[in-house]
Amino acid sequence: MATRREFLKGAVRGTLATTAVLTGASAITPVEARETHARPAEALGLLYDATLCIGCKACMAACKVANDNPPEFNTSEHLWDTPLDTTGHTFNIIKAYRNGTMATKDVAENGFAFMKFSCLHCADPSCVSACPVSAMTKDPVTGVVGYNPDKCIGCRYCVAACPFGIPKYQYDDPFGRIGKCELCRHRHSKGHYSACAEVCPTGATLFGRTADLLAEAKRRLALKPGEVTQYPRGRLKSVAEQQGQADKRWRAEPDQTYEGKVGTYVQRVYGEHEYGGTQVLKLSAVPFERVGMPNLPPHSSAATSETIQHSLYGGLLMPLAVLGALTVIAKRNVKTDDDSPQQGGES
Amino acid sequence: MSSLHQTAPVGGPLVNKTTAIAAALVALMTAILLYRFVFGLGSVTNLSDGYPWGIWIVIDVVIGSAFACGGFSVAMLVYIFNRGEYHPLVRPALLASLLGYTLAGAGVIFDLGRWWNVWNMFWPWSVNPNSVMFEVAVCITAYIVVMWIEFSPVFLEKLGLRDLKRKLNRVLFFIIALGILLPMMHQSSLGTLWVVLGEQVHPLWQTPLVPALFLFTAIIMGYAVVLFESCLASSAYRREIEMSLLAPLAKVMLGVVLVYIGLRFADLVWRGVLPLALQFNRESLLFWLEMVCFIAPFGLIGSALQRQNPARLFVAGILLMLGGSLLRFNGFLMGYHTGDGFTYFPSLAEILVTSGMFATEVLVYILVTRRFPVLPRAESQS
Repeated sequence: MATRREFLKGAVRGTLATTAVLTGASAITPVEARETHARPAEALGLLYDATLCIGCKACMAACKVANDNPPEFNTSEHLWDTPLDTTGHTFNIIKAYRNGTMATKDVAENGFAFMKFSCLHCADPSCVSACPVSAMTKDPVTGVVGYNPDKCIGCRYCVAACPFGIPKYQYDDPFGRIGKCELCRHRHSKGHYSACAEVCPTGATLFGRTADLLAEAKRRLALKPGEVTQYPRGRLKSVAEQQGQADKRWRAEPDQTYEGKVGTYVQRVYGEHEYGGTQVLKLSAVPFERVGMPNLPPHSSAATSETIQHSLYGGLLMPLAVLGALTVIAKRNVKTDDDSPQQGGES
Repeated sequence: MSSLHQTAPVGGPLVNKTTAIAAALVALMTAILLYRFVFGLGSVTNLSDGYPWGIWIVIDVVIGSAFACGGFSVAMLVYIFNRGEYHPLVRPALLASLLGYTLAGAGVIFDLGRWWNVWNMFWPWSVNPNSVMFEVAVCITAYIVVMWIEFSPVFLEKLGLRDLKRKLNRVLFFIIALGILLPMMHQSSLGTLWVVLGEQVHPLWQTPLVPALFLFTAIIMGYAVVLFESCLASSAYRREIEMSLLAPLAKVMLGVVLVYIGLRFADLVWRGVLPLALQFNRESLLFWLEMVCFIAPFGLIGSALQRQNPARLFVAGILLMLGGSLLRFNGFLMGYHTGDGFTYFPSLAEILVTSGMFATEVLVYILVTRRFPVLPRAESQS
């Protein structure tokens, strides 16, 4: 029989050793907080200006064609594509905000407005951090968040993680994939940019470098409501291009800029700072939280999650140290309860 | 020297009412799963993009693996804190853990939308070390292997492979150490899983301290399951309850619960969200329901005299299993809000599969304990 004293000695020693090793390990493990990532310098994205959107949904149709997605029906007659939200087969949707009499466009009370929902291509995407098999990746140059179905295991951690509810799974299919906007990256090599921006008749959805798009958004916010200004359509040319330097990546297009009246903007570029910023930016006349865009802090949850993981498991230092301590203690304690008599006290 | 701890098969019939019902539930589950693999997840589940994870993940995997922490909790007590007197509890607890984890691992596959790609989880060119799920998956897989090795002496004894058993005994201390480290790692990380979900998880559950909360509750649930199972096995097999072991074990367990409750409230105060628990809404009610499960056992088995009552130990065990389950259920489902327009209640098929998972565990536990030396040899039997 082990005496009480022996037990106490063992327990105290065990606890002390474990604590000492844990403390030692945390001291040598570099517990550096992982900072929230910023957008790559040449990040590509979209600028959606809700005050210019007329709700024609041409972008939705073009998106379906470009991504080879089937129509989805929510009416009794299956005549038109009528998705109610982004789904595994609908990567882009225009939703209407409606309030009271809906008399005036872009007014919060008794008004209506539009909002585009599609992947925002976060600077520090939760889906990329969550994905265990690197099926969701962020392009280091363009910053496009892309999906690889050949790696994806269908765990749907990305679906749960995204604060915008963007990656969606195709539950109706035994071989279902994750569906989300990839900024039409498969069309880039042919000189085409995002289909939604290509077809937008009013320039409400504009494609370009996020840095240029952010400058354009801020230019609009600085204008007086009702003032007349120039609105580009399709692809926003960079400063260098405007000075005559062609960007060979994209097909040549005629200039489609037109004159329009400035809307009554909320003084905020959505996506400038949220979770470290997004590459798709939005302007609206109705407060963003009312049109379905969540209020997010500038610090990404991916950074919080990875800081915890790497503090505990960085270089496997802490687990190995704990394992060492446990092994030493277990070796001493296992001997005494070996139940094969011929083993004796040794081994 | 501690005395030799004898284990022996319980014996008795393999076919009875309990095993027949369990087998029927297993058959039902198999049929539903067959349908699911042919027609897709949407054909049998109520999952949606607002609730991509349902009870197959939250109950079968997250809660199921925490219920399976008995082996780890008891092994830690016996081999790390050198309390050899609890040794008779190791084998039955380890068997339950082995079954629980193996089923949790299988449960993941049932839920994976693209299960044929699962090898990427271990493929060096695919893995993402930043992903919490990657760490969880690798650790759980390793732990299942480790537990099978830990438990293999039972089969080796039965098969008469004494040489192999002796060789294994020489390195068993290392296997045991691994078997304590790995669950510490992945049980805490199962909680870290919801950190990246950010603002979508209610502040009463979303905290950077969640790995510690999960680790403590996993240990607590481990002891609670041992109390629950020992009482149940004794009553079902008409054996004497090992009160001399369970009563002091319950005291150890209460100590861990005390530390946990302190940690839980300290975290809420430190983050300044304790007022959210004092509002009257769904989240605060769920929070207090969860906390009551941790606090009530002190009234039930707080004194040494109360701990001599098997019924009280049994109920306290159930309450703590429930408390730990609610922490997991609340964070992943009830306190998770991804946007308006989504609701989730499990389909009948989902519930039947979850029932089938638990039935499998009961069935295999009965079959193994009746035929293999797992439970302590009964001293006196009526």
